[in-house]
Amino acid sequence: MTHAAAAPANLLLVLLKARTFIALILVFAFFAFAAPNFLSTANMVIMSKHVALNAFLAIGMTFVIISGGIDLSVGSIVGLCGMVAGWLVLYGIDPGLGWSIQFNTVEICLIVMLVGVLIGAVNAFLVTKLNVAPFIATLGTLYVCRGAAMLFSDGRTFPNLNGNPEYGSDTFRLIGAGNVLGLPISIWMLIVVAGIAAYVARRTPLGRYIYAVGGNERGAALSGVKVNRIKFFVYMFSGLCAALVGLIISSQLVAAHPATGQSFELNAIAAAVLGGTSMSGGRGRIGGTIVGAFVIGVLSDGLVMMGVSSFWQTVIKGLVIIAAVVVDQAQQKLQARVALQAEAGK
Amino acid sequence: MTQDIGLQIRGGTKVYPGTRALKGVDFDLRMGAVNVLVGENGAGKSTMMKVIAGVEQLTEGQVLMNGAEVRFHGTDDARRHGIGIVFQELNLFPNMTVAENIFINREITRGRIDIDMAAQRRATRALMRRLEHDIDPDAMVGDLRVGQQQIVEIAKSLAQDARILILDEPTSALSAAEVEILFRVIADLRRQGVGIVYISHRLEELIRIGDYITVLRDGAITGARSMAGVDVDWIVRAMIGEASRDFAKDIDHPYGAEVFRAEDVTLPRAGGGMAVDHVGMSLRAGEILGVYGLMGAGRSEFLECVIGRHPHSGGRIFVDGKQLRTKTVAGRIRSGIALIPEDRKNDGLVQILSIRENMTLSSLAAFTTGFHMNLGTERGTVRDFVKRLTVKIASMENPVSSLSGGNQQKVVIGKALMTRPKVLLMDEPSRGIDIGAKAEVFRTMRKLAAEGLGIVFVTSDMEELMALSDRIVVMSNGRVTGEFDRKDATETLVIAASAKGHAPIKESAA
Repeated sequence: MTHAAAAPANLLLVLLKARTFIALILVFAFFAFAAPNFLSTANMVIMSKHVALNAFLAIGMTFVIISGGIDLSVGSIVGLCGMVAGWLVLYGIDPGLGWSIQFNTVEICLIVMLVGVLIGAVNAFLVTKLNVAPFIATLGTLYVCRGAAMLFSDGRTFPNLNGNPEYGSDTFRLIGAGNVLGLPISIWMLIVVAGIAAYVARRTPLGRYIYAVGGNERGAALSGVKVNRIKFFVYMFSGLCAALVGLIISSQLVAAHPATGQSFELNAIAAAVLGGTSMSGGRGRIGGTIVGAFVIGVLSDGLVMMGVSSFWQTVIKGLVIIAAVVVDQAQQKLQARVALQAEAGK
Repeated sequence: MTQDIGLQIRGGTKVYPGTRALKGVDFDLRMGAVNVLVGENGAGKSTMMKVIAGVEQLTEGQVLMNGAEVRFHGTDDARRHGIGIVFQELNLFPNMTVAENIFINREITRGRIDIDMAAQRRATRALMRRLEHDIDPDAMVGDLRVGQQQIVEIAKSLAQDARILILDEPTSALSAAEVEILFRVIADLRRQGVGIVYISHRLEELIRIGDYITVLRDGAITGARSMAGVDVDWIVRAMIGEASRDFAKDIDHPYGAEVFRAEDVTLPRAGGGMAVDHVGMSLRAGEILGVYGLMGAGRSEFLECVIGRHPHSGGRIFVDGKQLRTKTVAGRIRSGIALIPEDRKNDGLVQILSIRENMTLSSLAAFTTGFHMNLGTERGTVRDFVKRLTVKIASMENPVSSLSGGNQQKVVIGKALMTRPKVLLMDEPSRGIDIGAKAEVFRTMRKLAAEGLGIVFVTSDMEELMALSDRIVVMSNGRVTGEFDRKDATETLVIAASAKGHAPIKESAA
């Protein structure tokens, strides 16, 4: 009798668990009908490039949120890292002695990634050693980084980041424009980063500890988890993801603008939440986040193609996020009930 | 003597999806009496009390008050009928003061807007006098010890002039002195005609305080009578259907060499003074050392120092004769120490994670090569431990929060054992679990000791202490005030030692 009653609940639970994916298919199907050219290869490539940017940030954000924190600074890190990249491509490092150090593309990428990781480390330092609430700590670095990005160029854009073949930096453009096996390089990067992140989350002690710290920090600490180390990792990884986005955007535009990345952090949080990440920590999956990023990206690009006003787009995006969380609550309730029943039956 | 029946349940059935938590129970709640309710976890006690307190409604059957049927729509409704409940899980706001907590949602106001703090404080002080506690009305509840928080919960119900008061395991976190005070308060309330429902796993306590007893098993009532003539055997038989309370069964085995020694362990208290004051003890392989003391004696803090939770603690820890250099929890665990914390929910488990993930949290290195975790090996090991510890689960992938207290405790024990400890520290291992599970936990402890593990366990339960310990250390006020071999220890000696350095009954407020 118990089993008969449990069957429809289990089916419903499967459907609820796959809800983000189902939503993606529905959104996709809708635009395939409603927006001409939506399914064209060109549009698919453009769209996935858009999605990739948000997906990078959302992956980093997912780890931070699972660990019980939040990283509001990623949008600003995107902007700052773009400016650092632009500066390095245009000027190199000039110590003011009449000569300068120039870098090739790989070196530029490594330096920019290092900048992102270091800002993440500052976030983690504030959160762990100085006990600043993550929301406040990263809100602080959000402002600092944005201001620093503006200071680089007095708020102006670095144009024409074509690089110099002499220094080996002319390949900088390829990060955003190049293709390998018919896919843009940024998509390949996303596949690699997402793959690593998903592996870390599911198959490494580090990943398990991230969940444990977010679920119960005290309990994790008493189980021998080095909580501070875990937090350093998640914020530094989030900084790294943001640095990658800064590189890709400045390369795609062949220019670096200090206001780039404004409010990107909100899109990243939205993608994570859509993908089933719990804002109170301890729960979330990389795969879910990627699908969440796709739902948001497909939705906004599709609405643009249909000619819906950007004001309405914003409203619709907000409603989708709220709906996602409401459904998530229902899933959690049902899941808890099914588990309780199973255990009570023992 | 017969008391008025203030509330009745007739044919009460409560169906949750998939389970019948109550199966047609008839229950009489007598006024001016202590109605004791007992049963294993999951027997339906809590469900029945939730029905009375208006948290849940019966699927079938009636609740009658003074002969008329009542239906409570929510706890507010029940409260208006004079029913107050103190839940086992405390429902207090740690970020508010004692007075604010007691008058939450019923604030004393001037003109419905301005809260009359002075009046609330006065009323709180009066309540505390009645409860013989000197808890400051302005103290933050989060700063109080669990025992004191329980007193605040009881004060909250008293402030609402409850005619029926339900106490769900009120003594599980109280020291012996605090229990005495609570019993006096209960006796006082009973004289005033309040009908009290008292739920507890401590059977002696029930026999001492109860006037009527109701035993539940699997959602049905298996015994209901006046307390006269009831003994522990009778209760246990009614609860689990057979007389078995054999956790004291001796397994005689020789002790090995000393595995663990602590010297001069100190921990400064936040407000000055010492929470742990130069404590030392030693333990041999295969030995069970019982640590007894009142609430706040520094027992839990001592164990926390040993596991490395307090980096600023002092003293020396030896395992197998070697002094430990590491001060981190991870290092201490690697050195062969494991802790089973008192607070399962907040310290022992990550509720949101699965049974499997909780069990292996301290020992993931065993399944990892490089970065890669072998989930198959992990599942296999978990399966072994589930079997070895007889944890009753449907699937190891279910969240640990779906388990009963006893099974959760076994998961915590499994987690500790997976680190292959030489010394196991157990803080109140039987707190909040039912008697069947308790006996199993104790049997497990005995078995582990026989296999050569050294066990230090902290308890407030005298019977447990006497039944399980090979040796007994008594702590009071942060110091060791007595040490006995089991054959020399008597309850009187132990209690006398636990009261050293304490004024009788009155404890210093936190």
